[in-house]
Amino acid sequence: MNLQLFKSRNFLTALILLPIWYVVYVNLQSTTDWLVDTVLGMTKSTHFAETIRFFIFEFPKVIMLLVLIIFFVGILRSYFTAEHTRKALEGKSTFTGNIMASLLGIVTPFCSCSAIPLFLGFVESGVPLGVTFSFLIAAPMINEVAVILLYGMFGWKTAVIYITTGLAIAIIAGWIIGKLRLEKWVEEWVYATQLGEGEGEEGKIAFSQRITMGYDAVKEIVGKVWLFVAFGILVGAGAHGYVPAEFMASFMGKDVWYAVPLSVLIGIPLYSNAAGIVPIVSVLIEKGASLGTALAFMMSVIALSLPEVIILRKVLKMPLILTFVAIVGGGIMIVGFLFNWIF
Amino acid sequence: MNLHNPPQDLGVLKIKKIMNIQVLGTGCPKCKSLERATREVVAQNGIDATISKVEDIVEIMKFNVMTTPALVVDGKVVVKGRVPSNDELKQILTNKIYIL
Repeated sequence: MNLQLFKSRNFLTALILLPIWYVVYVNLQSTTDWLVDTVLGMTKSTHFAETIRFFIFEFPKVIMLLVLIIFFVGILRSYFTAEHTRKALEGKSTFTGNIMASLLGIVTPFCSCSAIPLFLGFVESGVPLGVTFSFLIAAPMINEVAVILLYGMFGWKTAVIYITTGLAIAIIAGWIIGKLRLEKWVEEWVYATQLGEGEGEEGKIAFSQRITMGYDAVKEIVGKVWLFVAFGILVGAGAHGYVPAEFMASFMGKDVWYAVPLSVLIGIPLYSNAAGIVPIVSVLIEKGASLGTALAFMMSVIALSLPEVIILRKVLKMPLILTFVAIVGGGIMIVGFLFNWIF
Repeated sequence: MNLHNPPQDLGVLKIKKIMNIQVLGTGCPKCKSLERATREVVAQNGIDATISKVEDIVEIMKFNVMTTPALVVDGKVVVKGRVPSNDELKQILTNKIYIL
């Protein structure tokens, strides 16, 4: 590490903020208890007191986790660009290519608004169609907000399950699409489009600039999702104290065989970011929905949506879109059944 | 030769050309804010430039850009996939010296 770095204000700010973050995070539970029991003077274990306690603790906890991890992910992502990823995937054989594309889909910065130029850029420069799909499935589904929220509200095991099954779906679905040779269902103009010369590469980025990119990511993402998180946790806090515990069991319980396919079918057209859906899923599970069913619902909401299909329709013909939705939806159902069966 | 600080005594003829700025984007919210920011910076600093928006995806792909929005100055991609702050935009747009 060079000395220049210590002169950068960004870096020093981060060095000061990190220990403060840690102290606040560690003392969050005791501070909450002190606030609820002493300052507000509420009677312990009444519904209302527990609802307030749940919200005062959960909301800052989740926001603090988001801030910390998005900051580091923002720095990490500055090392991965769509151009590097494309270069790595050009002419890759299937399967190896599908695995690489899914993994790179997690770390490469991605916004659904750039899905079309990205698709064109990949396919034009010789990334196989199936490999491109692996990327396009993994990138939105396995995003840091979803993983952090799952970790914050369900613990690390659920977060790991989500990542590994999401990866498996992206790899296998992309591989199948590649094997089916569906290039004929890509709009003709896609293969006729000429890519311009030059990589359009930006210059070398200093580390202090990468830290700025971390701050920017926090501002942008937390600024966008905090309201969803607050709303979701508020609903969760309300349900926590007032809705009977087994309320969802008869609709989304383990013994309802059609719960998984039905949840996926309902989830596919719905569009929500991870911040909105995870707190709702946590309520569903608390009230008796099984993990597999709830996870399948969440995945289908995040991975597939009507707006996304409309965007993709520009470059793909309808049969390919339906095949894509059917394969990914099918994969999600298998994951749902698998977890209902294991747990 | 350092193009940013050309030695005065070389007799290089400096002609200020009108800058051609293009904002590439298919109409996402970020693309609109990049266009707005660019217009602001150009107006505030009295930069002599024409600003146009490229929304056609086939035209955008001619710049080999995969992440929108992107900023193109005189045919060269200078920013892509993000909206820089007004300060950074000012630096990007004012550090250009044209030598003919």
